[in-house]
Amino acid sequence: MYAFDVTRPKTVDEAVAALSQEDAQALGGGQTLIPTLKQRLASPSALVSLTGIEDMKGVCQDGDTLVIGGGTTHGTVASEGGAYPALAALASNIGDPAVRNRGTIGGSLANNDPSACYPSAALASNATIVTNSREIAADDYFQGLFTTALDEGEIITSVRFPIPQAANYQKFVQPASRFALVGVFVSKHADGVRVAVTGASEDGVFRWSDAEDALSGNFSPDAVDGLTASADGLMTDLHGDAEYRAHLIKVLTKRAVAACQ
Amino acid sequence: MPKDHGIGASSKRREDVRFLTGTGRYTDDINLQGQAYVHFVRSDVAHGTINSIDTSEAENMPGVVRIFTGADFAAVGSIPCGWQVTDRFGEAMQEPAHPVLAQGKVRHVGDPIAAVVAETKEQARDAAEAIVVDIDELPAVVNMKEALADGAPKVHDDLKSNLCYDWGFVEDNKAAVDEAIKNAAHVTTLELVNNRLVANPMEPRVAVGDYGFANDESTLYTTSQNPHVIRLLMGAFVLNIPEHKLRVVAPDVGGGFGTKIFHYAEEAFVTFASRALRRPVKWTSTRSEAFMSDAHGRDHVTKIELALDADNNFTAVRTETYANMGAYLSTFAPSVPTWLHGTLMAGNYKTPLIYVNVKAVFTNTVPVDAYRGAGRPEATFQLERVIDKAARELGVDPIALRRQNFISEFPYATPVAVEYDTGDYTATMDKLEEIMDLSGFEARRKESEAKGKWRGLGVNCYIEACGIAPSNLVGQLGARAGLYDAATVRVNATGSISVMVGAHSHGQGHETTFPQVIAEMIGIDESQVDIVHGDTSKIPFGMGTYGSRSLAVCGSAMVRAAEKVINKAKKIAAHLLEASEADIELKDGKFSVAGTDKECAWGDVTLAAYVPHNYPLEDIEPGLEETAFYDPANFTYPSGAYACEVEVDPDTGKVTIEKFAAADDFGNVVNPMIVEGQVHGGIAQGIGQAMLEGAVYDAEGQLLSASYMDYAMPRADDLPFYIVDHSCATPCTHNPLGVKGCGEAGAIGSPPAVVNAVIDALASGGKNVPHIDMPLTPHRVWKAMNA
Ligand SMILES: Cc1cc2nc3c(=O)[nH]c(=O)nc-3n(C[C@H](O)[C@H](O)[C@H](O)COP(=O)(O)OP(=O)(O)OC[C@H]3O[C@@H](n4cnc5c(N)ncnc54)[C@H](O)[C@@H]3O)c2cc1C
Repeated sequence: MYAFDVTRPKTVDEAVAALSQEDAQALGGGQTLIPTLKQRLASPSALVSLTGIEDMKGVCQDGDTLVIGGGTTHGTVASEGGAYPALAALASNIGDPAVRNRGTIGGSLANNDPSACYPSAALASNATIVTNSREIAADDYFQGLFTTALDEGEIITSVRFPIPQAANYQKFVQPASRFALVGVFVSKHADGVRVAVTGASEDGVFRWSDAEDALSGNFSPDAVDGLTASADGLMTDLHGDAEYRAHLIKVLTKRAVAACQ
Repeated sequence: MPKDHGIGASSKRREDVRFLTGTGRYTDDINLQGQAYVHFVRSDVAHGTINSIDTSEAENMPGVVRIFTGADFAAVGSIPCGWQVTDRFGEAMQEPAHPVLAQGKVRHVGDPIAAVVAETKEQARDAAEAIVVDIDELPAVVNMKEALADGAPKVHDDLKSNLCYDWGFVEDNKAAVDEAIKNAAHVTTLELVNNRLVANPMEPRVAVGDYGFANDESTLYTTSQNPHVIRLLMGAFVLNIPEHKLRVVAPDVGGGFGTKIFHYAEEAFVTFASRALRRPVKWTSTRSEAFMSDAHGRDHVTKIELALDADNNFTAVRTETYANMGAYLSTFAPSVPTWLHGTLMAGNYKTPLIYVNVKAVFTNTVPVDAYRGAGRPEATFQLERVIDKAARELGVDPIALRRQNFISEFPYATPVAVEYDTGDYTATMDKLEEIMDLSGFEARRKESEAKGKWRGLGVNCYIEACGIAPSNLVGQLGARAGLYDAATVRVNATGSISVMVGAHSHGQGHETTFPQVIAEMIGIDESQVDIVHGDTSKIPFGMGTYGSRSLAVCGSAMVRAAEKVINKAKKIAAHLLEASEADIELKDGKFSVAGTDKECAWGDVTLAAYVPHNYPLEDIEPGLEETAFYDPANFTYPSGAYACEVEVDPDTGKVTIEKFAAADDFGNVVNPMIVEGQVHGGIAQGIGQAMLEGAVYDAEGQLLSASYMDYAMPRADDLPFYIVDHSCATPCTHNPLGVKGCGEAGAIGSPPAVVNAVIDALASGGKNVPHIDMPLTPHRVWKAMNA
């Protein structure tokens, strides 16, 4: 690691102010950022820890919406997100207990790792990413590998998930990292079905619109039978090529729909 | 009732008290007064010429003590190789120099170029980043066959080619083997890869050099499986320090698996630098460094042919293997694909004609050397896979085909130079069928089918050569050292015992098992006995721990030394009891005179030895301490039969291991619990190799699987419940304990069982896939079944 300062503000405003310094960076649970620092792949001058901001923590239900503070750990979502079981289940399968006890939803969405789990939930649920300055619809938020709509120094304060009629997340793990080799989140709402795919695309999380159309008409695994996910633009690496990932997208979509029945 | 002490008892591992309470003392726990830290600048290209190394900015950075480059090591020796293989044509292998720091060229990603010694670790790293190394990148060779092609870039300019050796074994058999294959009723051919592995012990390597200028003595604390071997190699060949001025200490070591046998550049560096700077110098590997500097394992590409007659008797085996040496020859590297592999190609079978050809190849990759099993897993894998393939081609039961060809009479001289002393392969196979409940397999397969899964059964046998090794034999085979071991049994005045052993324990439980043996021999409590290991200043000599040799070789030395002690103690007892020495018996810690009720306690005799008031001083010396060196007469030959049942998900290719059993013959067993633990760990590594692990380089020589993000280590939930048994014991005939060794068996016996099972599962799903290379990731299995 290179040397840096650490501050631990108590409010979002203080954090925003602290982040306005040159090269300052937000620190959530540190489960991505700390390894990056240890490898000397980043050199922020100051880390602004968000863990002291009580307003950014916790899970609460607001009518049909589950609101999760941006600083809420995966472990808390797993244990307190029962109003949205598919989301709680997703959180309970991220990493290991140490990762879940520190890593946060805000950190995960801000990082937007192409193999991370939460981005698929946010996109499939049509969630709203709430920051210190605005609200961003999930469809506008994810902008490619490790790229989001967030501005410099902008903080995710909470995420609002409309609670669906039915939903399920299928994660097919990459054997080494156990991130998603492919993950598919299917979510059924009054106005239709959304299918978001993580782990697969060179551009990060995306919606499989053919499947959404088919499933919105007929919410059963068979509805996907006639479809093929395109391998164009999908990742090829040590653990799977584009063709395999395309195949898994379909298998996992069917399984997710089956699990919703 | 199972015994509760001595040989055969499952005594609890006493070392676990410190391991499980965080009170072990590992090399990284050693911090010496005035210690400086080193950070290595390593090559990030696989092959290149170093034009210049500019250290000017780094030298002036805070905390920098000194920066070393290859120039500082120009007059220092090359890191030696401990084994010289003679090729098919009678020529010695090609042996390149292996500098401590690169001399003009880098040959693999991770090759050390320069080293910064500074007051703190972070300062050393900061300064290392400020060193500017100008390298002209050269084309790299990664693929072994391409490395041997005409005009391929040479890893070592001063060698004729990238071929280290072309070895034939037994060369005189070649014509007969060729003939037998030509005339066979059936020949099964299989081409396969034995995947490259990174050992990944939990504790990364660490080395601390400490030079005392007042007495001109160097001490190296290092994460080693064999401190005496390091003292020999580094002292005599690299740094020219005589043994009496060099102490090597390997304290608690957090796993070795072979990769901590070897003498590494970093060890020589810290010893050298400490001398130059007159202060202790410490290096602690990061996990990333471990991936690119610890010797890797396996990495063979093989074609094997099995010839059978019309009655399905094996008539000949012919193999051609390309074995990756990496960029330099690591300590035992040349022996792994030859003497630890070719000699095992008979397996458990009476194949009369065998010819093994091995081409060892230099590539721009990390050096490859022994990893748990070393050569024997590679031999077992190809043989047991080709037998399975033959059974499938011939439409016969793979177990029956094996049984029909088992060696059944012992001793048995194989056509590949070794003589098996004992074994009973039918017994272990019978036992396997029982513990695996093989008769229930079809019912289990139906249950899996009902869940939409394909179930497969894989069975295989293995043989290994352990108790490494008879010195005269390995000397003929190219070893540059003897492979005996040594022990000193020191009896203290009050009767407690310290045993100085040359074997090093780093997970094997020696601190528990060795005392069990002594306790049994004398009849005293195990708690009266401790072993001392891992320090060249405290133990007489030793060749260390690898090749499942500790109990068979060092344990035998300990038994011999204890016998000497007991003989002397009997003389003393005879004096005390005023009886003839021939009438003295030792039982349950008491000496008695046969046929009388006269007796005296072990402690009376030991006290007399050190307080010799009433003592036959004219006949024997006071004191009670004896040393023995033991050189084994033969290898030991553990064997066994393993079975694995898997389920394959036809939709995704994902394999899960549903059932696994191992029936091993380890000869006599000192501590059944520890033996089972060794088998469990070995199987975990074997399953890791079969299902998950693989070190992969790209064409430019970059290691793609260079962290746990991409290199998949087995986790608890990847592994099944193991059914293990070692009740079929045919004791070794030539060592005093009748033990054979159990450390590597699991890693040797398990990979073919897994692959055989997956092939069988695919066949049950109508997919006739002849072979899939390890690791059997979902992606590979899916590709194979949809090819
Ligand atoms: C061993 C291991 C296994 C893992 N497995 C999985 C897995 O299976 N699936 C998965 O999805 N993830 C996995 N992860 C990643 C984990 O979920 C991380 O916790 C997460 O990606 C980052 O969250 P964090 O709170 O730790 O963020 P940090 O590491 O602290 O920060 C990450 C980035 O987000 C920024 N940031 C943090 N919080 C905020 C905020 N509130 N607003 C704006 N920016 C912010 C930081 O500045 C930084 O750029 C794993 C991680 C590890 C170490």
